[in-house]
Amino acid sequence: MKAVYKKPRTLRDTRMHYCPGCGHSIIHKILSQNIDELGIRERTIIVAPVGCSVLIYNYLDCDGTEAAHGRAAAVATGIKRAQPDRIVISYQGDGDLAAIGIAETIHAANRGEKFSVIFVNNAIYGMTGGQMAPTTLAGQFTKTTPFGRDPEQAGQPLQMCELLNQLVLPVYIERVSVHNVKNIIRAKKAIKKALQYQIDGTGYSFVEVLSMCPTNWGMTPQASAGWLEEQMIPYYPLAVFRDRGKGGESK
Amino acid sequence: MSEKVLMKGNEALCEGAIVAGCRYYFGYPITPQNEVPAYMARRLSEIDGCFLQAESEISSINMVWGASVSGKRVMTSSSSPGISLMQEGISYLAGAELPAVIVNIMRGGPGLGNIGPAQSDYYQATRGGGHGDYRVIVLAPCTVQEICNIMLDAFDLADIYRTPVIVLGDGVLGQMTEPLVLPKPTTKEIPKNDWKLDGAKERDSRIIMSLRLSPQGALEQHNLRLQRKFDEITTKEVKYEEYRLDDAELVIVAFGTASRVAKACILEARERGMKVGLLRPITLWPFPAPVLEELSSEKRVRAFLDVEMNLGQMIDDVKLAVNGNKEVFFYGRTGGMVPDKDELLEKIGEVYG
Repeated sequence: MKAVYKKPRTLRDTRMHYCPGCGHSIIHKILSQNIDELGIRERTIIVAPVGCSVLIYNYLDCDGTEAAHGRAAAVATGIKRAQPDRIVISYQGDGDLAAIGIAETIHAANRGEKFSVIFVNNAIYGMTGGQMAPTTLAGQFTKTTPFGRDPEQAGQPLQMCELLNQLVLPVYIERVSVHNVKNIIRAKKAIKKALQYQIDGTGYSFVEVLSMCPTNWGMTPQASAGWLEEQMIPYYPLAVFRDRGKGGESK
Repeated sequence: MSEKVLMKGNEALCEGAIVAGCRYYFGYPITPQNEVPAYMARRLSEIDGCFLQAESEISSINMVWGASVSGKRVMTSSSSPGISLMQEGISYLAGAELPAVIVNIMRGGPGLGNIGPAQSDYYQATRGGGHGDYRVIVLAPCTVQEICNIMLDAFDLADIYRTPVIVLGDGVLGQMTEPLVLPKPTTKEIPKNDWKLDGAKERDSRIIMSLRLSPQGALEQHNLRLQRKFDEITTKEVKYEEYRLDDAELVIVAFGTASRVAKACILEARERGMKVGLLRPITLWPFPAPVLEELSSEKRVRAFLDVEMNLGQMIDDVKLAVNGNKEVFFYGRTGGMVPDKDELLEKIGEVYG
């Protein structure tokens, strides 16, 4: 019998700590599948953020390091500069990348560091229990925006792809989502492209993945997928913002 | 080859790092250590190294983490306010047991302070600096030659103990020019870095982290293991210089630039018939407590005089070592001021009686 589906080699056979309906496990899986398909597991180094996905190094069977909160882009820079022939993946959440680590993010992108960023945007702080993220939507209720986020008081939600798209050197910027199968397949392709560009030594790639946090959104997994589609995508449009990987121009 | 060259302390430490095999430098400009990044930017490009000007000291220290997990000899440098920004990173490096060399060419504080030379980061350096239970090795040179040579020791110690090492200089030492003979590479045996991350090829994958959530007590066990390492360093790595101590009745304790002023004063004091000597800690952590304790129990030693470019920080360690055996006096200048020779001589006379 022909096997049509199996657990990726890169994904460890272990129980994840993620909540039911959380997008991280899906993103870990498609990342693992891509690492397998590209044959890069043995030369990949993952940089883990501080946040729910800090334990990614327990789930992916690659070399991995932690970074202090927000500093993954600086750590990835150090690794890639020291080992240009290794595949360096910075996996970060919205608080890590867009709040405390936005300086590191922008400067690594601006230098065109040749690593890949997977930016998981679920519009909330998960690990600390549901506080406002830099990407929390206007009006969204969180522990620290108990009356809904008021942009006049708490600022506008940050659109990271749009922001980074102002820079000259990044080669690939795309926003995808994992709220349904169709989009998971697209997300997988986007991550694969980012990794391929790194294999080719092309330059900085940034894939933003919209993801669900049912626990802190206070919804069922199913309702979360619906909320993402109805509330997040209008403000965070799914698009290829830039693709200059193969000498092509921005879309 | 033992050709003498004239160099600034800030440049000499770069050459020392290069002799030690350091090829990675990440840093951010701050006075009075700006010659370091400037020198490294040019010099590392000549030898296929990597120089990168980071967007902040916070980034610098985390780039250092990246090169360190890659198993490379790596350094950063800064001055007091910048070193404060690095403390989070230094705590993480210590927790994850990563080697790195951090140079602090101290300036006046607190806050933005000024750009004059100071030693007011003694507490910060010797108490770990960041959060958590840890210490870092702190080396305190006092000449251009020594700051160059000490970089080799710093890299060796960092690798041997898998720990960050701080080289603690001050604005005078960084800025002054003195003759220098480039040191030869050391021959110390360095343990294989079989923990580095270079891809899990034909081996199990590796993780480098400081997070220890489970099982319960994992962090305590880890910290106790770190403590055993710190104890070993305390036993094995104390370094100091003794100057005119053989017959000294008054022992001055001073490090770095303050110790140079002390030496000049000791010569003059001796001309006036006062038997004064100097104990100069070269490792500030581990602190040379045993030798001070020994001196304090010698009959001829009547008192200690702690001299610092701050308002009295190392004096706590001196007092702990002397443990009440003899009286400990203090003379210091703060806010970017260098101890005044006449003032110190007066203090010596007063204490000596």
